[in-house]
Amino acid sequence: MTVLIHNGRVIDPSQRLDSKVDILIEDGKISEVGKKLRQTAEMIDATGLVVVPGFIDLHTHLREPGQEHKETIATGTRAAVAGGYTAVCAMANTFPPNDERAVTEMIIAEAARNGACRVYPIGAVSRALKGEELAELADLRAAGCVGVSDDGKPVSNGQLMRRAMEYASMLRMPVIAHEEDLNLTDGGVMHEGFHSTLLGMSGIPAASEETMVARDVILARMTGAHLHVAHVSTAGAIAAIRTARASGVHVTCEVTPHHIALGDETVQSFSTNLKMNPPLRSEEHRKALLEGIADGTVDAIATDHAPHHFDEKNVEFDLAPFGVIGLETAFAICHDRLVRERVIDLPRLIELMSSAPARIFNLPGGTLRAGSPADVTLLDPETRFQVTNTFRSKASNSPFIGEMLHGRVVATIVGGVMKYDLRAPVTPPRPKPKRRR
Amino acid sequence: MRAAQTSLSSKDLLGIEPLTPEEITLILDTAEGFKEVSERPVKKVPALRGQLVINLFMEASTRTRVSFEIAEKRLSSDTLNFSASGSSVEKGETLIDTAQNLMAMHPDMIVIRHKHPGAPKMLADRLPASIINAGDGAHEHPTQALLDAFTIRERLGRLHGVNVSIIGDIAHSRVVRSNIHLLTKMKANVTVAGPPTLMPVEVERLGVRVVHSLDEAIEGADVIMMLRIQLERQGKLSFPSLREYYNTFGLTPERLHRAREGVVVMHPGPMNRGVEIASDVADGPWSVILDQVTNGVAVRMAVLYLLGGAHAAE
Repeated sequence: MTVLIHNGRVIDPSQRLDSKVDILIEDGKISEVGKKLRQTAEMIDATGLVVVPGFIDLHTHLREPGQEHKETIATGTRAAVAGGYTAVCAMANTFPPNDERAVTEMIIAEAARNGACRVYPIGAVSRALKGEELAELADLRAAGCVGVSDDGKPVSNGQLMRRAMEYASMLRMPVIAHEEDLNLTDGGVMHEGFHSTLLGMSGIPAASEETMVARDVILARMTGAHLHVAHVSTAGAIAAIRTARASGVHVTCEVTPHHIALGDETVQSFSTNLKMNPPLRSEEHRKALLEGIADGTVDAIATDHAPHHFDEKNVEFDLAPFGVIGLETAFAICHDRLVRERVIDLPRLIELMSSAPARIFNLPGGTLRAGSPADVTLLDPETRFQVTNTFRSKASNSPFIGEMLHGRVVATIVGGVMKYDLRAPVTPPRPKPKRRR
Repeated sequence: MRAAQTSLSSKDLLGIEPLTPEEITLILDTAEGFKEVSERPVKKVPALRGQLVINLFMEASTRTRVSFEIAEKRLSSDTLNFSASGSSVEKGETLIDTAQNLMAMHPDMIVIRHKHPGAPKMLADRLPASIINAGDGAHEHPTQALLDAFTIRERLGRLHGVNVSIIGDIAHSRVVRSNIHLLTKMKANVTVAGPPTLMPVEVERLGVRVVHSLDEAIEGADVIMMLRIQLERQGKLSFPSLREYYNTFGLTPERLHRAREGVVVMHPGPMNRGVEIASDVADGPWSVILDQVTNGVAVRMAVLYLLGGAHAAE
């Protein structure tokens, strides 16, 4: 199959490209990028659109195997392509968890059968996510895992974390850390601050995250491993990462759209779609995240897409599970809050969502260079739309329902195949009525 | 000048935080009228005749539940008591399902006590009945703050400018939150005192003075409000022992001498005698603890009347 995408503004941060050029796709790969390329049978007119490398989400919960009532690999990847993602990294906290080769292979096989985009499994750090002994990390790596994480839970045992880092560095893959001191969290359900005091809810202090980030950058220095800090939410964590990196520690990090867009004052509504872990923080922390994004401390935007069933969220705030979905709104939220509010420019946002995730996890994609997989997303940054409760995800636990946002994903191409297409269907021209004599 | 308010703006009473000072005054003034009803030989008025009030108590309560039930009966409503134990809640029915099933029987008002913050709001957002919060976790307990204010007003004649010190487990108390909202709205001066381990973060942003010494809190106080210490917290990093707590923050007659002449001592109950308060104080001349209980009925009658009776009579 041969397709030409023409007339669009092409932004590819991996080659510092931002210009009106054509992209030729042949056999699932990008074969040529340049001006006035040859016409092909299938043409995609990208007039007024921005053409970018497909987004890559470093942090997705697909819930399969085991919690298919929340999401499946099929529905989660459909949500992904609707959000412009051409690849997602699937977190290990499934049932059973992805702590052995058989589960990794099942995820890869199911993604190949029914997935709409690429799926890169993340393996567990510890067996059964118990935080006690290492999972078979080399076997997981050989089966296709691209990193390891006990995400959902911290690795509380410092010695286990040290050993995981040492072992993972031998395998050249990152250890992805959910940073939380469970003793400091102590059953908290929202950020500890003025609003938890006002609402009488138990708080999760910023220190719960920050003390563990401090420990893990020290361990990363000691072991030489690649530490990737998941869903950074506090000013202290950003500061610790910035300092550690400046001194040569191999540490990267991600921030979620909801932590960029929302603060803890919103929890006054008691809506359980505002409950996630780490929690929405106060304004000073949110500002520190924006500074980290602007100065390059933050490497990637990741969604922490965490689908839950309606019934599970339709309970008292204290009792609801942590997590919100995010794949389908990530670009628009970030475009509104980061680009339109001039924290960063559009090419930098594309880098945070595509080229940088590919680079730091060493994944294919994230580029439009000739010869790379034809994972391409078409965006219309100016269109305004309202988020409605009609997600392609099986779940609808989004904190953004009802919001008016700027920036739509128009089409998503994975390996040269159109997987999501919002463009108006082309209607064949009507035959002209014959003139009467 | 604005005419005096004659009704509440919301169908529900979820907390003190959303109320205006005028609404608070309206409830307290209405309660004054109802206090007299309880002193009559025939303690009943027909204000809520034909209305169904459900008392949905999902957490243990003595005073509040009994007080609401008496208030409802004195207003001639039909009253139904529902508690979590012995109900389908024990079979795993969710709060929303329970509430929707009760709603199908057309209650006019639901009084709810629940251990999780926000539970009354969940019902208020979904049900047409008036919801009255009888305590939700550590969030709010509006009728307690109203009866406390009623008692202070009765004793001191005003709320404006009164120095109120609230002492004890500030972090886990719904009583304290409702009282802070009410007293600051009515321009009283509020001090909260307790060990830092029982002090919620940034509480001073609610407009209160924070101290960590009992003597400092008592100095110059017109009203001292003692809070119950949850006994299960001792030894769990909140404070080392009940003995040490009593020695540091327990209210004794000796320590009361620093207060103003005519100081009033309050406690929302249930009390731990010899932990946060000495019996000599609880039973002494300063104490208005039982007046609070008496006034609770009048204040709850006022709330029920204003949410149910007043607009039913329109």
